Amino acid sequence: MAKNIIEKIWDSHIVHQEAGKPDLLYIDLHLIHEVTSPQAFEGLRLAGRKVRRPDLCFATMDHNVPTKNLPIINDPIAKKQIMTLAENAKEFGIQLADMGHPDQGIVHVIGPELGLTQPGKTIVCGDSHTSTHGAFGALAFGIGTSEVEHVLSTQTLWQTKPPTMEIRVNGKLGVGVSAKDIILAIIAKWGIGVGTGHIVEYTGEAIRSLTMEERMTICNMSIEAGAKAGLISPDQTTVDFIRGRRFAPKSENFETAANYWLSLASDEGCSYDVVLEIDASEIEPIVTWGTNPSMGSGVSKTVPSAADFESESDKAALQKALSYMGLKEGQPISSIEIQHVFIGSCTNSRLSDLRTAASIIEGKKVAPGVKAIVVPGSYSTKAAAEKEGLDKIFLEAGFEWRESGCSACLGMNEDIVPSGERCASTSNRNFEGRQGAGARTHLVSPAMAAAAAIEGHFVDVRNYATQEV
Amino acid sequence: MEPINIVNSIITPLDRKNVDTDQIISKEFLKRIERTGFGRYLFHHWRFDEDGKPNADFVLNKPEYKGSQILVAQDNFGCGSSREHAPWAILDYGFRVVIAPSFADIFHNNCFKNGILPIKLSETECDELLAKGLQTPYNVEVDLESQTVTASDGKVYRFNIDPYYKQMLLNGWDEISLTFQYEYQIKAYEEKRIVFQ
Repeated sequence: MAKNIIEKIWDSHIVHQEAGKPDLLYIDLHLIHEVTSPQAFEGLRLAGRKVRRPDLCFATMDHNVPTKNLPIINDPIAKKQIMTLAENAKEFGIQLADMGHPDQGIVHVIGPELGLTQPGKTIVCGDSHTSTHGAFGALAFGIGTSEVEHVLSTQTLWQTKPPTMEIRVNGKLGVGVSAKDIILAIIAKWGIGVGTGHIVEYTGEAIRSLTMEERMTICNMSIEAGAKAGLISPDQTTVDFIRGRRFAPKSENFETAANYWLSLASDEGCSYDVVLEIDASEIEPIVTWGTNPSMGSGVSKTVPSAADFESESDKAALQKALSYMGLKEGQPISSIEIQHVFIGSCTNSRLSDLRTAASIIEGKKVAPGVKAIVVPGSYSTKAAAEKEGLDKIFLEAGFEWRESGCSACLGMNEDIVPSGERCASTSNRNFEGRQGAGARTHLVSPAMAAAAAIEGHFVDVRNYATQEV
Repeated sequence: MEPINIVNSIITPLDRKNVDTDQIISKEFLKRIERTGFGRYLFHHWRFDEDGKPNADFVLNKPEYKGSQILVAQDNFGCGSSREHAPWAILDYGFRVVIAPSFADIFHNNCFKNGILPIKLSETECDELLAKGLQTPYNVEVDLESQTVTASDGKVYRFNIDPYYKQMLLNGWDEISLTFQYEYQIKAYEEKRIVFQ
C-alpha cells in the first residue's frame, strides 16, 4: 500500500504498540539547550537515573547567550542557567557546543550544519521550532521539559499517531518572493490553528525547487500553523546538502544511506487525512501587522478593517491587535515606519538569508533613526559570511554584526525592542511582548527586512530589486 | 505528580482565543532552573502594568475569582512555544483544570505530565461558561472519573479524554517509571535499529 513519509518514519520507530495506549517511539536524536533542560536533568538526579544514550544527544547554548562582548554574561540568572547546562552536559557525558565553541549556534541551525539532522530520523528538542529539521524528511517535533526528561532516561516517547496533512504549494514563486512568504501566506490563509493535532508534509512544485535552507524556513514555522511537525520528502537536494558534513555517514556508507533516505519519500498515490493547496504565483511578500503570525497581509495591501471579518470574536481580536500594534484599520502596509530591524533567528539566519539581505543593502545606508542588527545563526555561519565579506557590507551600511544566538527573536538576552517601538524581524513570532514588553513585531523575509532598514518603512522588495538592477 | 479527579471551584473566565505561552509565562521568567515558583509570574504582562501595579481590569486580579482552580478560555489555548514553564505557572498559581474548545499540541501534552486536566468543550459550551462566569462567580464541579463538568445551576457538560491520559491523571503516574517496564522492547529495538555510521 502506498504510504506517505510520515507513516513510513512513524512505523519504523515503534518500540511497542498496544491497543488503548499511545505508541512508544524511539528517538534518534535529542537536541538540548539551556532553557528547557535544567529541570529535566535535576529530575534525573533526584530519581537516581542516568542518560540512556548520551551518544544520541547534542547540546548547545543559544536562547540566553549574549551576542556582544562575549564571554561576559551580565545577567546572573542567565549565567547560572548557562553554567548549569555546562555542568549537566559534563556530568551526564553529553556533547556540548559551549559558548565560544566553533560548533555553537542556534540549535536548529547547527543540527543541519553538522550533519546530525538526517532523513528518516526522529528528532526532538525542548523547543517548538524543532520542526525545522523536518526539511530533511525527518520527523522532528518540540517537546516539554517532562518529555525531555523522559527521552534522556529512556530514549523513547509515548506518542499518539496524529492525522496527516498535505499542504501542496503549486506553481512557481515570483522574483523577490521567498520561502518565508510561502509559510506566512499559508498561515495567513488558513490560520494559526490549521495544523493543530496534525503532522504536515509540504509538497508541490514550489517546494521541490527550494534549497535546503529555504525548506528549513518553511518547516520551522509549521508550529506557527499549529502543526505538531512539518516535513518535506527527501530528494537529491537533501542528499547533496548532507554529503560531507561531520556527522553524515562516512563515504563508504553514504550511498547506502542516501538510497535509504530517498526511499522514504512519500509514495506515488499515497493519501493524507487533509489536503490543502495554494498557488505560489499568487503569493507576494508578506508583512504581519498583528499579534499572531496569521495576521499578515501582502506588502501591496493594507491593514484589514473590521468589515473584512465576519465573526464578532475576529473583529474583537483585530481591535485588540491593532491597539497593541498602534496601527489603524485600512492603513497601507508600506506606510508603517519601523525603528528596529532584526535579521536572525532559527527561521532566517542562515548564510543564504544573510547573502540575500546583504545584496539588498550593499552600498546603501540604514535609514536615520533605525537600529539594525544581524545575528548569524551559528558561529560557523558567521565565519562563512565573514569569509565572503558580508560582515563588511552590513557594517558599512550601519548594521551591527553580532555573535550567534536566538537573540531578539525572543529577547531572553539583552537584545530587546523597547516598548512601543516597531521591529521588522525575520523571526517567527509576533506575539505581544515577544521581543520585549510592549514591543511591536512585524514578521518579514530577510529581503523585506533589509529593504525596510534602508527605507525606514516597509517597501515592496519586488520593485525594490528591479529598480536596483 | 498529584493525582486529580474531582475539582470543585468557581471558574476564571479568560475570554480570549489564541492565548499563547509567551503570555502565560513571559520569557524573562524562563531563566530560573527550578520547576516551582512560577505562579507569581503567570500572565505577568496582562496582570501588571509597566510599573508593576496590578491591572484591575484583568480577570485574575478581580477579587471574586480568588482561589479559583478552573480556568476557562477560548480556542487554541497554549499555542506557541513549548515551554513547560507555562503549565508550571498555571499549576503553581492554583489552577488544576483548563477548559477551552481546543488546545495547542505541546501545551496539551505538557498538562498531562503535570497533573493539570485540559478539558475540551465545544465553542458554544465554552462561550456559555465564559458568559456565566463573567456575569457572576460561577461554580462548577469537574469529575474526571465520570468525564463531566456539573455547574451549580445543574447544567452538565460531558467531555472526552484519551483513556490512557485519563488513567495517568487519576493515578498521578510517573511516566518514566512506566516506560522502564519496556526495557526489553527498547533494547530489542536498539539491536535492529537502522544506523549509518
